[in-house]
Amino acid sequence: MFAAFDNFPALLIWLPLVGGLLSFFIKDERTVKNWSLFSSILTLALMGVSLLYTGQEHYVLNSVSYIWLPEIGSSFSLMLDGMSRILCLLTAISFPLIFASTYSASYKNPNQFYGLMLLTQCGLMGVFMAMDALVFYFFWELALIPAYFLASLWGGEKRIQAAFKFFIYTFAGSLFLLIGIIYVYLKTGDQSFSVVSFYNAMLPVKEQGWLFWLFFLAFAIKMPIFPFHTWQPDVYEQSPTAVTMVLSGIMVKMGLFAVLRWLLPVFPDVIKNYDNLIIGMAVVGMLYASCIAMVQDDLKRLIAYSSIAHIGLMAAAIFSVNQLAMEGVMIQMFNHGINIIGLWVVVYLIEQQTGIRKISELGGLAQKAPVLAVMLVVIALANIALPLTNAFVGEFMMFAGLYKFNAWYAAVAGLSIILSAVYTLNMIKNVFYGNVNTLTSNFREIMVHERVILASIVVLIFLVGVYPGPMFDMIRQTSDVILSRFTK
Amino acid sequence: MTKLTYLIPLLPLIGFLINGLGRRSLSKRLTAIIGCGTILGSFILSLLLFLVVNTPGFNATEVKYFDFINTAGINIPFAFRVDQLSILFLLVITGVGFLIHLYSSAYMHEEKEEHYARYFAYLNLFVFSMLLLVLGSNFVIMFIGWEGVGLCSYLLIGYWFKNGDYNNAAKKAFVMNRIGDLGFLLAIFWMILQFGSTGFTEVFAKAGNTAPAVLTGITLLLFVGATGKSAQIPLYTWLPDAMAGPTPVSALIHAATMVTAGIYMIARSNIMYTLAPVTPTVVAVIGLATSIFAASIAVRQNDIKKVLAYSTVSQLGLMFLGLGVGAYTGAVFHVITHAFFKALLFLGAGSVIHAMHHEQDIRHMGGLKKYLPVTHLTFLIGCIAIAGIPPFSGFFSKDEILMGAFAHSPVLYFIGTFSALLTAFYMFRLYSLTFLGKFRGTHDQEHHLHESPSAMTIPLIVLSILAAVAGFMGIPEVFVKDAHWLEHFLAPVFSESTVRQQAHEIAHNTEYLLMGVTVALILGIAFYAIRKFSNYEKQGAATGFARVLENKWYVDEIYDAVINKPLKGFSLFLNKVVERNGIDGAVNGVGRFVQYSSRQLRWLQSGQVGSYILIMVVATVVFFVIQLFSK
Repeated sequence: MFAAFDNFPALLIWLPLVGGLLSFFIKDERTVKNWSLFSSILTLALMGVSLLYTGQEHYVLNSVSYIWLPEIGSSFSLMLDGMSRILCLLTAISFPLIFASTYSASYKNPNQFYGLMLLTQCGLMGVFMAMDALVFYFFWELALIPAYFLASLWGGEKRIQAAFKFFIYTFAGSLFLLIGIIYVYLKTGDQSFSVVSFYNAMLPVKEQGWLFWLFFLAFAIKMPIFPFHTWQPDVYEQSPTAVTMVLSGIMVKMGLFAVLRWLLPVFPDVIKNYDNLIIGMAVVGMLYASCIAMVQDDLKRLIAYSSIAHIGLMAAAIFSVNQLAMEGVMIQMFNHGINIIGLWVVVYLIEQQTGIRKISELGGLAQKAPVLAVMLVVIALANIALPLTNAFVGEFMMFAGLYKFNAWYAAVAGLSIILSAVYTLNMIKNVFYGNVNTLTSNFREIMVHERVILASIVVLIFLVGVYPGPMFDMIRQTSDVILSRFTK
Repeated sequence: MTKLTYLIPLLPLIGFLINGLGRRSLSKRLTAIIGCGTILGSFILSLLLFLVVNTPGFNATEVKYFDFINTAGINIPFAFRVDQLSILFLLVITGVGFLIHLYSSAYMHEEKEEHYARYFAYLNLFVFSMLLLVLGSNFVIMFIGWEGVGLCSYLLIGYWFKNGDYNNAAKKAFVMNRIGDLGFLLAIFWMILQFGSTGFTEVFAKAGNTAPAVLTGITLLLFVGATGKSAQIPLYTWLPDAMAGPTPVSALIHAATMVTAGIYMIARSNIMYTLAPVTPTVVAVIGLATSIFAASIAVRQNDIKKVLAYSTVSQLGLMFLGLGVGAYTGAVFHVITHAFFKALLFLGAGSVIHAMHHEQDIRHMGGLKKYLPVTHLTFLIGCIAIAGIPPFSGFFSKDEILMGAFAHSPVLYFIGTFSALLTAFYMFRLYSLTFLGKFRGTHDQEHHLHESPSAMTIPLIVLSILAAVAGFMGIPEVFVKDAHWLEHFLAPVFSESTVRQQAHEIAHNTEYLLMGVTVALILGIAFYAIRKFSNYEKQGAATGFARVLENKWYVDEIYDAVINKPLKGFSLFLNKVVERNGIDGAVNGVGRFVQYSSRQLRWLQSGQVGSYILIMVVATVVFFVIQLFSK
């Protein structure tokens, strides 16, 4: 039934799936590492090739629909459109970066670890390409469950507790989502789970109201936006860095992505009832998370809260429902993923050598590892959206869109621009500047392959930051589809 | 030629990349050649471009390179605007910039190769950003340069990164600038909403048909940006701290170029300011207040660089006064002359610090005249120029601003003049304490006193010539009719505003009188300061008002108590109480409640088939009963 390999979506699912399943059978640690890295590079190469065939004339290469459960009107349909292309690209770029940068880490049962990682990649790809609600739900869970095992079986001392909270939290959200999906399905004209049927479902405004919240809850937990965020810092802190990278770099985008594909266009009539509430919550969350980030002493928690603040902006921008903000979010989902993975790589390199992540105990690393310092400064400045870095483009458009919605939200949310400068520069100052101490006096410069990884992130940062045009060309198609639901 | 404008910022960018990437392998000599050479190249190109712009009949040209953001109904091209205003700034940035690069090659020579190259890389990156700022043909490109120079300022203030205080100063500069940047950004968003564009041409063309309230809002927000970058009340406190950076950096970034970005921005958007009803008054008042306030602090500072820093803040305030009263040409004029004499003074101070082995306290100097003849003479020229003694440059530009203020309101004029008098006082105090009287340092220092090498003295000499004669580009109407070259040159940039401004003719007699009295007072104060401080003896701690001034009106302490500490306390509260116990506590509470309920419900799943059947039967009965009654 899934025999045809003549299109990109199917291959992007199969490659990580087969790669992951094979990983389980490779007992040797080195081999399994090399194999996963190879598998993820293959996926990236495939993704790269797919970017050459994005035009309308290549529709058949980018879209596929298998018969799956015809009895209930669900087909296994996947498609690469503008937005999914960007997020699949992010997924495809991230995994080789993650595997390569944490190559030196050693895990017990490495075959399971890498197998689960690749299964997560498969799930993520599926989520981003699904054009059928049931398929979407299937992959949503397929991404979540391996991630749960990754976070609970490998990691810090309190990992079980943290991962359990993460699982219960997001699983509860998923159940709401499932109920919502089934309800909308029952209301579709042709009893189908396809995205088109969902968009055309006959939903009275009253029902859209509570359905909206069912979907929203699931997605809000995943993002996460304030006040559903408390699982996140614990999980980021306790998980192995490679897992944290997947969670923060790609997985949080699932929530944002899902709002854009499965929430706004399905319930367009009720968005205006809740937009102020949600944007308000997101803006409060931005400032809240930025304030907390200022007083964190653990590098991982600092980045976690910084990320919550950034995600808050993206959530606020989505609910402004205008083209500026929406395209800003789409481009920023990619940028945020690249930048935060860059930050984690730096944290990983520091922790690996010194064994600590405490900002107050580090210091003077710039003297010992100037290359690492330069890379970190660039990535950190991208994280605070300095012009000509990738995040500036996204944040600029999101703020402009939010301003269009209501100037005051943009003004208040803008305070986080200042706060982010405070905590980011504090971190740079305390970790990299100043004098070395006993813990950091033996720090060595990073090695060649680590330089290559960080340098490629830096190149991506500037590439998108200076010339974002091609990205916009890619996503315009999707933003038009979503917005057309609002101009009836 | 205008097509090649991109080369002007590109050269420094290339210099940055070479010096930055090759900092381990390049020799100091090569680093300096690349660092200075690229800027010299830009300067020569700017001169050529100037010749093009200066031909009669030249019209402002926009050169578009590629689309930066072109989607969602907005089009922000990466484009440059070549006109009279941008070319003047180009010449100042690359010209003074080159002299300071040259000076740096000697001043920073004690640094290790690697750091020497890092220094030049940062400096080149700064020039690149500054050129973007003045060349951009829309507010977004200007903003890119705007934040870029802020970054370079941050990197260069914290250049000696082992020192914690320097890092804090760097951080403070960046954060305070970001506060201003938020205002700038909001103004850009407003413009996008209002005009659908951020391009100068489009925005200024539509400004005339815009509601005054909107214009006021946009211009005020832009001005917030300017207060950050150009160190005005309430965001000025970073600039004195920024003196932690190497002295040539202070000369380039914190005197001649970056801090004048705010003046450039307002001069560029002059038509919006002319049309906005409230903003010009706000700009004038803030500028004047800053000018007086900073000058009063400068009077009691003892660090040679701090005096100059507060002096810069004060002079910038005067420029804003000029902008506020509509004397746009005067403000730009003062930017140019100030770039010459303040860069000169800072470089002179650097030469003194160099000779004194990093001593910066003027109470420990004195009598340096005979040891550093070139530095002394050029520094004196700088003092005369900044004090506003004719025929040196500062006199002309300051006079133009003050006359503009007088035409607006005599009160502004008198307060502005008072600030000018304070300037003369603290500058000649600084001069006397440093160069006159007896040497008050240690014997060791005295033994090593020496004039600086020629790479440092040549820039001093060139700048002192410029500081002396640059005023003649703007000879006031009252002396010679139609001899104000600068006004004619800039006329196209300000023409829209000029049409709308009411002409305030000041009677020539009044102007002569005001000018004469002011100059006489300045001379008197200068001689008073020289007499008072040339035979300075060490004194005890200051008391009373002097102490308040010495402590800079305690503004840093107030900011710390009112903003920093409460914010930190609040954040700690959020982290410890709200996050841990509040939100996460609630989440865990829900979790515990579920667990508790499950435990209570556990008896349902006893594993005994009998009880399951019982429940099933009961449930079925209940179900049927409900069905029955609901029909």
